[in-house]
Amino acid sequence: MKTRKNIYPKIFLCIGLIFITAISCERELSDEAEFATFSTTGEIFTDNFQGGLDYFPFGGSFAEAFSVDFNEKYLGSASMRFDIPQFGVSYGGATFPSLAPRDLSQYDALTFWAKASQGADINEIGFGINGETNNKFQVTMQNLPLTTVWTKYVIAIPDASKLNQEKGMFWYAEGAENSFDEGGYTFWIDELRFEKLETIAQPRPAIFNGQDVVQTAFIGSPITVTGLTQTFNLANGQNQTVSAAPSYFTFTSSDTDIAIVNELGLVSIIGIGTAEITAVLGGVAAEGTLTVNSVGDFQFAPTPTLDPSTVLSVFSDTYTNVPVDYYNGFWTPGSTTGSADFAINGDNILSYTNFNYVGTAMSSPTLDASSMTHFHLNMYVPDNVPSDFDFLISIEDWGANQIDNGGDDTRQQIFVDVSQVQPDTWITVDVPLTLTNKNNIGLIIYENINGSSLSNFYIDNVYFHQ
Amino acid sequence: MRNKTNKIKSLIKVVSIPFIALLFLTITNCSTDETQTVTNFTNLVMSDEFDAEGAPNSALWNYEIGTGNNGWGNNELQYYTDRTENIKVENGYLLISANKEAYNGSSYTSARITTQGLFEQTHGRFEARIRVPYGKGLWPAFWLLGSDCETNIWPQCGEIDIMEYLGDNPDTVFGSVHGPGYSAGEAVTKEYTLENDRFDTGFHVFGIEWTPDYINYYVDDALYQQITPADVPGEWVFNNPFYIILNLAVGGNFPGAPNSETVFPQTMLVDYVRVYQQ
Repeated sequence: MKTRKNIYPKIFLCIGLIFITAISCERELSDEAEFATFSTTGEIFTDNFQGGLDYFPFGGSFAEAFSVDFNEKYLGSASMRFDIPQFGVSYGGATFPSLAPRDLSQYDALTFWAKASQGADINEIGFGINGETNNKFQVTMQNLPLTTVWTKYVIAIPDASKLNQEKGMFWYAEGAENSFDEGGYTFWIDELRFEKLETIAQPRPAIFNGQDVVQTAFIGSPITVTGLTQTFNLANGQNQTVSAAPSYFTFTSSDTDIAIVNELGLVSIIGIGTAEITAVLGGVAAEGTLTVNSVGDFQFAPTPTLDPSTVLSVFSDTYTNVPVDYYNGFWTPGSTTGSADFAINGDNILSYTNFNYVGTAMSSPTLDASSMTHFHLNMYVPDNVPSDFDFLISIEDWGANQIDNGGDDTRQQIFVDVSQVQPDTWITVDVPLTLTNKNNIGLIIYENINGSSLSNFYIDNVYFHQ
Repeated sequence: MRNKTNKIKSLIKVVSIPFIALLFLTITNCSTDETQTVTNFTNLVMSDEFDAEGAPNSALWNYEIGTGNNGWGNNELQYYTDRTENIKVENGYLLISANKEAYNGSSYTSARITTQGLFEQTHGRFEARIRVPYGKGLWPAFWLLGSDCETNIWPQCGEIDIMEYLGDNPDTVFGSVHGPGYSAGEAVTKEYTLENDRFDTGFHVFGIEWTPDYINYYVDDALYQQITPADVPGEWVFNNPFYIILNLAVGGNFPGAPNSETVFPQTMLVDYVRVYQQ
């Protein structure tokens, strides 16, 4: 017969006594002073709603998705039933807020039992959705895998000391994201509660998903800290990572004359120089940093001076732009290029990140540049220009059928080499338009060639002119 | 007495400085039960409290360097070194750290020390206070080998595993004996699981009390296994001197290889090793 004991309860008892001893010499609070106390009820749903609970379906969700099921249950007499509609119909999504704030600071995890009518992944599930606080302490677990067997699930609390008056008990959003994703099925949740498991260990918080990010910044152009996660090792030996709202973290700037950061992870640039943004969650330093290299006020691209009647603009704030399908088609598979477009004082800038190639499309209608003689753009490479910089601009005319790859496409290639580019400086590319057919221009493609490692750059004032 | 000293030390780590003075006033009241009823041997004959900073005491510990034969017989993946990156005494603890690094043809480094030829004893109480690391592939151990293993080939020379633990099962440790006819996968073994706790978040005392008639295994104040000559399906080979081994293995047949979830470096902390006789 095993005697399962450990020495830690004793130690906690000791600490308790120590604190009692410690505060006994403090001046006592007057009788009038009262602390607000909140319910510490951890149960959310056992056989029915516990501790005063509400149900709010998310906008656009399938209103009938949630019901109480008296046939299927893990324990007791009932479970929570969620009917997820077919792809294209709608989705299931709701939050279950407590009627009154609860003090969850003694718990370390949201736990529940769940099963589904088929193998499925819940897109998003968690707690901390509370409209009154703008979801200040939201936690999101992504792609929680369910099976057809009742299984216990644990979603760790990133830092329970923050949850001393929380209303957001539980939320989920699940739907078929495409025709191959599961839909038209049911899952059940039972014995939903906050628990103190004491086996949630080895916290490893992260910002920017643990990456050390370096970014050129400008006064007045804020940057948001993203990729906020908390990772714990659970009793089963598995690591679990959840997305945690910024307010779980304490952010610090290494130089508050250059950058300051608020509790929502918004970094405001206020001076010139370099500052490092770091974060701490529950006393543990987060992996990942943001180094902002503030170059001061944003240097705007040269303002175009040509007469608007001689210009067909694709992207500028000086001229009226022609209809454009997109400035980044996120072409998959193949393109890794992201967009972080921004505007400063009303001047819109295209910002491409993690670049390999990207296109701007004008299909409806295609661009008739038959009266134009030149192509113009401004380009800005922040931080540094890689020594292997080699950049190609392709202007593609889709021919009479106005169809991409329709058999009558023609291209003009414009090469920009490393000698033409300076870091943190707008350069101007203004070259003759040599295309014979230029009345059905459908695409402008930017790409790295010959192994160029250019990753981030800005584009402005893309236009054809006479 | 020694236990009490140790417990005070652990409390100081938990409580902030202003409370330390109060702590000493309070400590005698709440430390009501310092004795482990599971142990009877109290004549301390050897202890290393790891109080001297630097390398482990060379009068007591040898390093085992390299990869042994076939990864120390288990296809372990680490290369054992004596570098401070892998082993050192600091702040009152022995630290054995496993690193992920290319080193002499291995992908991981760690350390393994023994008392072979320096401290060997037949029977007695062997215990250590240890905090283990975590993660798939980590395999720390506190164990004994028969002092004649170089001539009397294992498993005939005997092995007593006081504590083994696998980093992907953080609430469980194993206690085992290996001998002729009951070795490797056939060892006589038992696991001990913590309720609502885990071994990588705090220190625990792992020990055996070993006599001609039995080996008792305990964790903290819980006796969880007794192995007697009648329990082993072969010869009882535990009536001769054994020496102590502390190591942190990475990978191998028992734990499997680390995976992408395993965080490195990982450190096993040893607060003390103590040996008693009856």
